[in-house]
Amino acid sequence: MPDKPIIPEALSCPLPIMDHDTIQLAHGAGGKLSAQLIEKLFLPRFGNQTLDKLEDQAVLELPPGRLAFTTDSFVVEPIFFPGGDIGDLAVNGTVNDVAMSGAQPLYISVGFILEEGLPMETLHRILLSMEATARAANIVVVTGDTKVVNRGKCDQIFINTSGLGVVPEGVNISAANLQPGDKVIISGTVADHGMAVMTTREGLSFQSRVTSDTAPLNGLVKAMLAVTPEIHALRDPTRGGLATSLNEFARSSQVGISLEEGAVPVRPEVNGACEILGIDPLYVANEGKLVAVVPGQQSAAVLKAMRQHEYGRDAAIIGEVTSINPGLVTMRTGLGASRIVDMAVGDQLPRIC
Amino acid sequence: MKYLDEFRDPKVAREILVELKKVVKQPWVIMEICGGQTHSIIKNGIDQVIPGELELVHGPGCPVCVTPLEIIDQAIAIAEQQNVIFTSFGDMLRVPGSHKDLFMARSAGADVRTVFSPLEALKIARGNPDKEVVFFAVGFETTAPGNAMAIHQARAEGLTNFCELASHVLVPPAMEALLSSPDNRVQGYLAAGHVCTIMGWEEYEPIAAKYQVPIVVTGFEPIDILEGLMMTVKQLESGRHMVENQYVRSVSRDGNRPAQEIIKKVFEPVARKWRGIGEIPVSGYGIRDEYADFDAEKKFAVGDIKAEESPLCISGDVLRGQKKPHECPAFGKECLPEHPLGAPMVSSEGACAAYYRFNRKSLEQRAKSRE
Repeated sequence: MPDKPIIPEALSCPLPIMDHDTIQLAHGAGGKLSAQLIEKLFLPRFGNQTLDKLEDQAVLELPPGRLAFTTDSFVVEPIFFPGGDIGDLAVNGTVNDVAMSGAQPLYISVGFILEEGLPMETLHRILLSMEATARAANIVVVTGDTKVVNRGKCDQIFINTSGLGVVPEGVNISAANLQPGDKVIISGTVADHGMAVMTTREGLSFQSRVTSDTAPLNGLVKAMLAVTPEIHALRDPTRGGLATSLNEFARSSQVGISLEEGAVPVRPEVNGACEILGIDPLYVANEGKLVAVVPGQQSAAVLKAMRQHEYGRDAAIIGEVTSINPGLVTMRTGLGASRIVDMAVGDQLPRIC
Repeated sequence: MKYLDEFRDPKVAREILVELKKVVKQPWVIMEICGGQTHSIIKNGIDQVIPGELELVHGPGCPVCVTPLEIIDQAIAIAEQQNVIFTSFGDMLRVPGSHKDLFMARSAGADVRTVFSPLEALKIARGNPDKEVVFFAVGFETTAPGNAMAIHQARAEGLTNFCELASHVLVPPAMEALLSSPDNRVQGYLAAGHVCTIMGWEEYEPIAAKYQVPIVVTGFEPIDILEGLMMTVKQLESGRHMVENQYVRSVSRDGNRPAQEIIKKVFEPVARKWRGIGEIPVSGYGIRDEYADFDAEKKFAVGDIKAEESPLCISGDVLRGQKKPHECPAFGKECLPEHPLGAPMVSSEGACAAYYRFNRKSLEQRAKSRE
């Protein structure tokens, strides 16, 4: 991978002329340099009626209904990886967390913690990526904050985002809603993001074609809810992977979940990287996938709608909810045996041999 | 994936199982040596589908599990020193020493880094000439050539800030120790395919003859293991005891000669302590005196650190095949993957962790059906 991947936006939108080509402590001090950063870099990317007022808070009009509200912090290293960067991850992660309630995300806040010395060019590329992602997800950045810390006090850039959305009438999605007979659907291949980051990190010396799946899933959720509002549970299996999300479902609902080995889609190149490192793809992070639990009768129609959406083309039914083994996720192996798929303990560690 | 999918084919597996049921006439106790095989057996549920006459016991072939407590303590003592970058394969970081693990040392400020190869540790040494870079060289014969090569390469490059904390162990002496024990129950062995890829199988022939046990060099996929079991059972049922090779796509009788050469050049056979088993003579590799500059134990003078195992942990009995993990009173209670008492609960290849992660339900069901 080249040091600086060329992204189309970077070609069309050059870095504005700034007094400094790297971030200075004064960029976070609230004075002239802070103002320059906001006016030249942030507003051209995110500007809208609310943000442009530059008040201390966003005052928002909200449609009636229950609010979905979430927050997440992003510290990924490396900040650019195949298929994405910390910027689109920060937007998509929060969009997806809101969307997993069935809500359409409306507003997002963005807080930056920048390390002194961060190249302005790097920040600009991240902002371009966030702008494009926010537009794709149809979400508006309404408030933000920037702090600069001394060199060595953070790793280039950390981003916090919070998101707000409104849950449609008649939709009640929760990890506690699973019923025996429900089907479990994954929206596509698992482990793409985690393996893209892991194989890119310094020191992992093999070439890889693995790319992150980072994507906003609110459109997919909308398409699924158009089929039936009766979706029981949704989650985006990020850290801890699919296995962890399913364990959370099984515990919250006190039901069993039975998976079929071989039914969970994994890209061959991702599977290869996992095999080499001795890592189980079920425990690897995804950033553009959701796992849904839907009543058995609706599962075929929901699956069909998912497969027609660009972020659900490889969707598959991977198992079902049972009344036996409450609280446990099990997998039926190819040999007809059954094993437990447990929660992850800490990070997955590559094996010695 | 080529060379994997065809060895995971459920249809072929079922055919072997049908034949295996025909071949087995009486009860047999068979040990799979390697932790990778244990992992595959439990993950695929092979133990649930083989004929009831066969009992699989899980051998001492997980390097993480048999690395003695005091080596972990030595590793932590080195990692905590100023100016040291301590590098290791990932799964050693969570192995508990007497008081803490390498993760805890890292969170307290030690520079501990995960690498995927000892050659990566060398790269770190080249890039940090003012630091001492230590690599934790654990493992069986499988990882020894790479670890020997790193030392050889460091000498060739004149690198003086690289060394290894070596705790290599060898399979054949451990097998002999188990077989010569008066309470041995093991009647046949699946030998470790990766170890034999390096070493060949010549050295197993005297063991098979002396103790009259069949030894079948076996791979790691479900079809490999079922085939290995079939070959072992056929020998047992017909009273034969020889070394056979199931893992033909990887192993030859001679093994990998250049790999053996580099091992011999850098390492020499030494007595090693095995966690849960105790000291076995000539059962490991130490760094030769000619390469003493690259021996972390000498460089950091940590050889005096001694340690005692937790009295609750029965990992010795588990590693010797005397007890199953769930027969330990601490299993799933005081000892869990998130706070392991003994090493077999740490590594995904450890028998206790494999039982805990994949097999609790069938254990619970079996317990219920007995009630």
